[in-house]
Amino acid sequence: MDLALAPETLARWQFGITTVYHFLFVPLTISLSAVTAGLETAWVRTGKEKYFHATKFWGKLFLINIAMGVVTGIVQEFQFGMNWSSYSRFVGDVFGAPLAMEALLAFFFESTFIGLWIFGWDRLPKKIHCACIWIVAVGTLLSAYFILAANSWMQHPNGYTIDPHTHRARLTSIWTVLTQNTTLVQAFHTLTASFLTGAAFVVGIASYHLWRAKRAQAAGRTPDTRERKKIGAMRSSLRTGLVIAVIAGMGTAISGDTLGKVMFEQQPMKMASAEALWDTQTPAPFSVFAVGDVAQGHNSVELSVPGLLSFLAHDDFTQSVPGINNVAKAEAAKYGGQPKDYIPNIFVTFWGFRLMIGFGMTSFAAGAIGLWTTRRKRWLAPQMRTGEDEVPRLMLTPHREMSTFFTKWSWRIGILTMGFPLLANSFGWIFTEMGRQPWVVYGLMKTRDAVSPGVGQAEVITSIAVFTVLYAVLALIEVRLMIQYAKAGPVVDEEPPTRDPRLRGPSGGDGDDTGAEADKPLAFAY
Amino acid sequence: MHLHDVWFVLIAVLWTGYFFLEGFDFGIGVLTKLLARDETERRVLINTIGPVWDGNEVWLLTAGGATFAAFPDWYATLFSGFYLPLLVILVCLIVRGVAFEYRAKRDDERWKRNWEHAIFYASVLPAFLWGVAFANIVRGVPIDAAKNFTGGVLDLFSPYALLGGAVTFTLFTFHGAVFAALKTLGDIRERARRTAGRLGLLTAVLASAFLAWTQVHSGNPRSLGALAVAVAALIVALLCNRSGREGWAFALSGVTIAAAVATLFLALFPDVMPSSTNPAWSLTVSNASSSPYTLRIMTWVAGIATPMVIAYQAWTYWVFRKRIGTHHIPGPAHH
Repeated sequence: MDLALAPETLARWQFGITTVYHFLFVPLTISLSAVTAGLETAWVRTGKEKYFHATKFWGKLFLINIAMGVVTGIVQEFQFGMNWSSYSRFVGDVFGAPLAMEALLAFFFESTFIGLWIFGWDRLPKKIHCACIWIVAVGTLLSAYFILAANSWMQHPNGYTIDPHTHRARLTSIWTVLTQNTTLVQAFHTLTASFLTGAAFVVGIASYHLWRAKRAQAAGRTPDTRERKKIGAMRSSLRTGLVIAVIAGMGTAISGDTLGKVMFEQQPMKMASAEALWDTQTPAPFSVFAVGDVAQGHNSVELSVPGLLSFLAHDDFTQSVPGINNVAKAEAAKYGGQPKDYIPNIFVTFWGFRLMIGFGMTSFAAGAIGLWTTRRKRWLAPQMRTGEDEVPRLMLTPHREMSTFFTKWSWRIGILTMGFPLLANSFGWIFTEMGRQPWVVYGLMKTRDAVSPGVGQAEVITSIAVFTVLYAVLALIEVRLMIQYAKAGPVVDEEPPTRDPRLRGPSGGDGDDTGAEADKPLAFAY
Repeated sequence: MHLHDVWFVLIAVLWTGYFFLEGFDFGIGVLTKLLARDETERRVLINTIGPVWDGNEVWLLTAGGATFAAFPDWYATLFSGFYLPLLVILVCLIVRGVAFEYRAKRDDERWKRNWEHAIFYASVLPAFLWGVAFANIVRGVPIDAAKNFTGGVLDLFSPYALLGGAVTFTLFTFHGAVFAALKTLGDIRERARRTAGRLGLLTAVLASAFLAWTQVHSGNPRSLGALAVAVAALIVALLCNRSGREGWAFALSGVTIAAAVATLFLALFPDVMPSSTNPAWSLTVSNASSSPYTLRIMTWVAGIATPMVIAYQAWTYWVFRKRIGTHHIPGPAHH
């Protein structure tokens, strides 16, 4: 059959499209729920209005995002059965458990408490209201952890045995599946990357508002009270975002390095292909740039740093790292077939790996520079300091501000960096999943054996077309809405609730059920 | 009792929870066009489920995930076999979820009308298709020795399955109308009750016919008991609705859904997906289930988590227990 229309090719395209799309929303959901929860806690504890406005503002953007995350997640729960029924039969005993746990222990938390948070502003005492968003945030973390445990089992099957009668995987230790190093490191890497994503999102939008305010002032307009409140909320947000970007960026780098070492050990082919390292070398260089020639089994152009790959794999500049051709030969000898059957798409893995690191670390660097230049008091000459409701100056040294040109570009990069982690996440997933090919479960099941035998080409093509068109239309709608609300900025006219609603009472909400109170419009309505 | 029997019951419980809760969500979606007369009334209806619809839908994801974990073959055969109807359901659930969240986010007439159309159609189709799907599961579909579905999409739309779809559609809409009568105030509450009365009669006729057909074709004495409960609960629900006992009417329309699901599952047991090609190739609780170890782990998880879920979801309903009337709907706000 024509490879382009082979069942596994179609099913893989569908899985790739729906999953990469879903994962645009997931990291933002994970991080923005925590950011919103942190800001609401700050408001509950300090009573400062700026935190209330920031909570409402980021909460709104978070909700626009999570709506998409939730609905695109529904497809994920069912498409294993739809397109990958042989896979589902083979792995269900092991793989189904974390999926069911995710639904029972995480999805219910998220979806129930998000409803309470959205509609609960005038129904719940503020501490309970704040607890709701924390529960949502914890739910998103749990959700990520369970699904990553399932994915890690595909990368490195563990805690199972092959049933002699059914020839299928059978779970022998759920504990191993949930706590093997692949799971833990992958969860750490994904979560830190998620926080970097949210941080960049916050930095980008806060930079947009602060840079606009700065330009307005440069044009001679003096900010009024409303404008100052807005600046105050955005300034706090910017600093919060920068701090998270630096911590999460460091965490992403450290966990990425650890994950790389785990992968060198568990899936040598993935890492060799990430480096386009064709033949085993001692010590192995890290290639900065390479153009591979798959047919010839070597690179035609290459620029590399000697010994660095050995260091990444083993913490030692001199050790040997196995190459693509060597691993392919070994796998062919072990599992049968030709060595070339065991080589993933080197172009995609090589560049996916580089773009993941490049985009992720650019945001991290931007965060670190921003954190330094926007400092408020520390190491700043007193005349250079700015108030809580002023746009910060970008300070290089205690006395020296950035030039106008660099200030302009710094703010612009702050805005641009918003999209980088989203790209990094996508490339990271594309790399790790493509780098495992031809396996769907490493060493146990090949992707071509995993598809649904009963599902025809026409059905899969229909569903790819439907999802692609639907997702594209929804992306347009979501992005427009997000831009509209992000540009509008925090609604600083909104007063924080003065009285804490009581839970008990004849009609819910406000304690006294006098006519006027009972007839008050809802604080939030669809 | 073997653990895979326990899990058969638990899967039935999850689907019952799903149809009970998302049943009235679908009903409310349908009623936005059947019952509401203007935008404010549509918003009253949508906001009765506003805080809870998302949590309700998780019952479906859990039913799906639990089927994957406890009966991998059931999961694989069902979702690859019912591919296109499931695709339609997924698309509807996606569009409907986004519609609830985004409808009020822009003060633009066309924007709001489009999302309202989306809410209506994306409620009608799944409400109908779930009935088609379950009718086929109970009745049996072509399945080969390797447990793969061998039929075509048209095989799924037999008269029996179409009747099943009509039953879930009317039953969910009735359930939604009873829910609307319980959760709203004023004129719309009265009309919701009258609509529920009419829909209930239609549902009673269709559901009795469908369940009787099920009983004759695949029933046993146990399913007959559940069938009797379903029909009786529906009749009493209608009477309560007529006499204005809205709480009881809602509880009993819920019992109707639970008993109807029980009828189907009892008729099914011990199969989970009978093969119409050869009964020996049917998927059963024993040949489609996971290993005892996995089932034991999942029993612990479900045993602890499910009561917690029910408790905090019940609390949510208590927090939002206040009825909503047109005067509670805020103006075009920018939230």
